[in-house]
Amino acid sequence: MTEGAAAAAARGHLLRNIVLFGRLLRVGSLDVTPTQLRDWVAALELVDLARKGDVKAAARAVLVSRRRDLPWFNKAFELFWQARDPRELEQLELGLMIQRRTERTKRAAIQKLARGDSDASDDRADDRENTARTQLYSAREALRQKDFAQLEGEELDEIKRLMATMRWQLETRRTRRLRPDRHGHRLDLRRTLRRSLTQGGEMVDLVRRGRKHRRRPLVLLCDISGSMEPYSRLLLHFIYAVSHPRSADPGISRVEAFAFGTRLTRLTRELAERDVDRALQAAAHRIEDWGGGTRTGDALREFNFTWSRRLLGQGAAVLIISDGWDRGDIDLLGYEMERLHRSCHRLIWLNPLLGSADYQPLTRGIVAALPHVDDFLPVHNLASLEQLGDLLASL
Amino acid sequence: MTVSPDFRRSGARSAPRFPDVDAVISALRAEDYIAERDLATAIYLSLSMGKPIFLEGEPGVGKTEVAKALARCLGSELIRLQCYEGLDVSTAVYEWNYRRQLLHLRGLEAAGGGDARTAVDDVFSSDFLLERPLLRAVRQSRRGEAPPVLLIDELDRADEEFEAYLLEILADFQITIPEIGTVAAETPPVAVVTSNRTREVHDALKRRCLYHWIDFPDYEKEVQIVLRRVPEAPEHFAAEIVRLVQALREEDLFKQPGVAETLDWTNALIALDQETLSDDILRDTLGVLLKYQDDLDKIDDEAVCRLLRKSQSPGD
Repeated sequence: MTEGAAAAAARGHLLRNIVLFGRLLRVGSLDVTPTQLRDWVAALELVDLARKGDVKAAARAVLVSRRRDLPWFNKAFELFWQARDPRELEQLELGLMIQRRTERTKRAAIQKLARGDSDASDDRADDRENTARTQLYSAREALRQKDFAQLEGEELDEIKRLMATMRWQLETRRTRRLRPDRHGHRLDLRRTLRRSLTQGGEMVDLVRRGRKHRRRPLVLLCDISGSMEPYSRLLLHFIYAVSHPRSADPGISRVEAFAFGTRLTRLTRELAERDVDRALQAAAHRIEDWGGGTRTGDALREFNFTWSRRLLGQGAAVLIISDGWDRGDIDLLGYEMERLHRSCHRLIWLNPLLGSADYQPLTRGIVAALPHVDDFLPVHNLASLEQLGDLLASL
Repeated sequence: MTVSPDFRRSGARSAPRFPDVDAVISALRAEDYIAERDLATAIYLSLSMGKPIFLEGEPGVGKTEVAKALARCLGSELIRLQCYEGLDVSTAVYEWNYRRQLLHLRGLEAAGGGDARTAVDDVFSSDFLLERPLLRAVRQSRRGEAPPVLLIDELDRADEEFEAYLLEILADFQITIPEIGTVAAETPPVAVVTSNRTREVHDALKRRCLYHWIDFPDYEKEVQIVLRRVPEAPEHFAAEIVRLVQALREEDLFKQPGVAETLDWTNALIALDQETLSDDILRDTLGVLLKYQDDLDKIDDEAVCRLLRKSQSPGD
């Protein structure tokens, strides 16, 4: 009986560890459900507990469903395996939580840095004059036309608010899925036959089916290097607004967002956060090269190699937001732009500098990229965003 | 949609279950599939727990092959559903045989009628039902045979609508046909889902499955695979080929060659009566390994020399 009790105690110990392990995984943002944990317990009864590799493979098969979660899983599993005393694991988790808190303070610091007052450069002063010349009839209209780089205080908040109310809609694509359609080109034999039975077997009505239409996915690549500084914060707001449709009918089937400077950072997950401020903070924290140099070619190359096959499948449109100041390999930029252009439905380049009347697209980056771009548009004020909205709806 | 013709049906009434992971490894090996231990563990769990297995990995790492080998070693039928955009119930699950239904109705009419109600019941009975892979898999596991292996291949090519439908099927292997009723599997079929990641498959679906990412095999394993699958290849040649392919995977390529390419290339070299690699033959047959023009351009004369050097030094 004492032996049984000891075994039961050992089992309880294991279960406790399993639950703690689940919590440990959740810290690393693996969404482990109770069902998955239960399945794992079931799986543990099937494998040899003395074989670390088998236990690990079992845990991975049941608990991990995305490749990107593997590194965290591996780390967590090592901790789990080492922890012989349940309290040890508990402490480990606590340790991680503390570490996480310090990361949060780090994040705040980075955020502060990113928000730091940036002095407008000389050419921006020109822009200012330009916009000054185009003073318009109402305050609202003036705000619509005002360059993002010159917004301050309340204006900035107002623009963010207006951005959030904009409705984004992408043109549709004809899919190969069929749905009932009075004017469709195919006969729906099943429904036709069913209906004919109500009419004594005579085919009076022919029921038709046609192709279903679906909104296209959108991929956004936003330059957050130093030269984009006056715009990048607001543009991130814009990207957030695009990825959070306000109405029930999302005008875009799927939005993927990336930031790039000298490297490529995927922001989709961070921006999925419901709260704007927290989403943008998380995004800013992810971006390691904020305000640094630009190597668009390398960033695009990384996108083409790692992401394009996964994201550009369903006739996606791609938006690149950049001023085209590039310190990287220009040949590479042209080459990767060409590749990107070939693999998406529409490639649109948005340039904030295009808003100023005397801007000429002569920087090396723009010269290399332009031949492979379908549309080249300004993105310096609210009016230009509205113009973009019209374009997207009618690609 | 294709139903693979190369199935082997066994007379066994129940599926042979494996006592442990090693048994899975050796059973697969007997069918010429060399599985890593963690893959075998996932398969073993999938069989024991009756859960579908979801395999992801680069094209050509042998995802589909897992299902085929599994069907062979379980002695059960392989039912394959190739996914594509727009795949719907009538091609994946079932369809009514309209031609027969119409002929039947006309026949009744010619024979002087019978009332409409019985005609409807007649026409919507299983005699007029065309089985598609999913229904077939569910029904098959009803007839007291070894449960079939259901391969849902390249799910990433299907659209979200089909994925949602599949979610329902994978949960309880039960299909409702409004005119007939519900068909449920008595023992769930062994379901294998594969994806090439041309699109992210929804998390909800992955969660219902056991997930496994198949990587490119290491050197030893790939040599074993080549020797198994191309028995004509001498061992030293197989080793040389694999070393070259592995070196090629380290090059900066848009699309790395998979195991399928290694096997194709080995077959090609054997067909060309080669016994060792040379720069000429490598240049001439590079198209078997690399499928993108950019990648072919990248492997210039200098790269060919470098790769050959690597392939000829076993110490590496």
